Amino acid sequence: MSSKKILTTISFLIIFFSNIEKVYSIEPDIFVQSTVNRAAKTLGGNLTKEERIEKLKDIASETVDINGIGYYTLGAHRKNINDDQLKQYKFLFEQYFLKSFASRLAEYSNPEIEVISKNKINENYTMVSSILVSTEQRPEVKIDWRIYTKNPENPKIRDLVIEGLSLARTQKEEFSSIIQSNDGDINALFSTLKEFIK
Amino acid sequence: MKNIIITFLISVMISSSASAGTDGENNLSKNSQPVKDCFESLNRATFSLNQGLDKVIFKPVARGYRSLPSPVRTGTSNALTNLSSLITIPNNILQGEFKTAGVNSGRFVINTTLGILGIFNVAKKMGFSEYEKEDYGQTLGVWGVGTGCYLVLPVLGPSTVRDTAGSFVNMLGGDPYYNVSTHGNNEYLSKSQYVTTKVLTGVDFRAKNLETIDNLEKNSLDFYASVKSLYLQDRQKKIANTNATIEVLYEGDWEELETQ
Repeated sequence: MSSKKILTTISFLIIFFSNIEKVYSIEPDIFVQSTVNRAAKTLGGNLTKEERIEKLKDIASETVDINGIGYYTLGAHRKNINDDQLKQYKFLFEQYFLKSFASRLAEYSNPEIEVISKNKINENYTMVSSILVSTEQRPEVKIDWRIYTKNPENPKIRDLVIEGLSLARTQKEEFSSIIQSNDGDINALFSTLKEFIK
Repeated sequence: MKNIIITFLISVMISSSASAGTDGENNLSKNSQPVKDCFESLNRATFSLNQGLDKVIFKPVARGYRSLPSPVRTGTSNALTNLSSLITIPNNILQGEFKTAGVNSGRFVINTTLGILGIFNVAKKMGFSEYEKEDYGQTLGVWGVGTGCYLVLPVLGPSTVRDTAGSFVNMLGGDPYYNVSTHGNNEYLSKSQYVTTKVLTGVDFRAKNLETIDNLEKNSLDFYASVKSLYLQDRQKKIANTNATIEVLYEGDWEELETQ
């Protein structure tokens, strides 16, 4: 093979592989809209409450960075725990998160969410703005989604900010309050999480 | 005498908040320190009392209010929001937001006259910008007064030393509606009407948030801590007077995650 051919082949391969990334990267606003559409379909379908909860848990497992939220929620306490405690926390947090997330959403029937805009904060994060359309019972609600975009092919949700109030931040302060009320003992948090998961 | 006592209380609260909160820089311009819960035991007890009152009184009343026809609820909510402009406008001025004060004054005049005492939001249909409530607690925050300790007030719910001091200003002439209904010598308004509008404001808020609060309580590991966090985030956002979420303002919390 001549050097010209080799060069052409290498150039082709470089272009091909660099394009693969572009082809498969998912825009955060499209990701959010497709996720809420999936959730809305589940909530609006003819499923029992238990079936709905299971489906919502599946959607959350695929689209939410549960481990990342878990680390964030632990705040400064994550520096003071050992590997065994961290392993236990990860397990408990995942169970807690999925139960809490599905239970919160299962109350809504057929929610209509419209994605409005996106704002790239930096390479790691994009905020996607949306509105939960008003109904007879409640006014319109603004919801911002913090999307973790470090891996553009596989964006993940890291926070929901409802009318300016962050769920992750609320959870972080709630966990911190439980630990502080028990003289800094992380096991108190584990017990509370276990109680909730039951 | 009553005014002297209130003025004294405000002075004490503001001076203690100033020393507890900031170094002179507006605390929204940097990563703020967590608000201290100096009276946590008492706050938790008051919070339990409020939860009891909510179950027995406020929630059933809010449910009853919810059963009223939608136009009645919307009209009531509009009228109460319109009345709140009387506190918002002086605070716009105190915060140096003169243009917003002008817009809000125009909105108040239009809604009170064409909108029949604010029942119809005519200004919105005319294209006025979205209304943002302001109060004296927010103004103190904009001026750089620190938050002070977190407080839970009986019946009124979550607050801070700074916000409570701000509320006292309403009774010292800061709320024209209070002045006219309580001290004004007129046959149309009385103190009981003022109290009724305040109670209605609470019921309207509770009715709009029935499911949200129930859901939050059901899914919270520590409901007291959740309410405290949400209240403080909401106040930070209002004082910042920005559409950016507090989470974006405090990006460092998330970036720290990347470095570990």
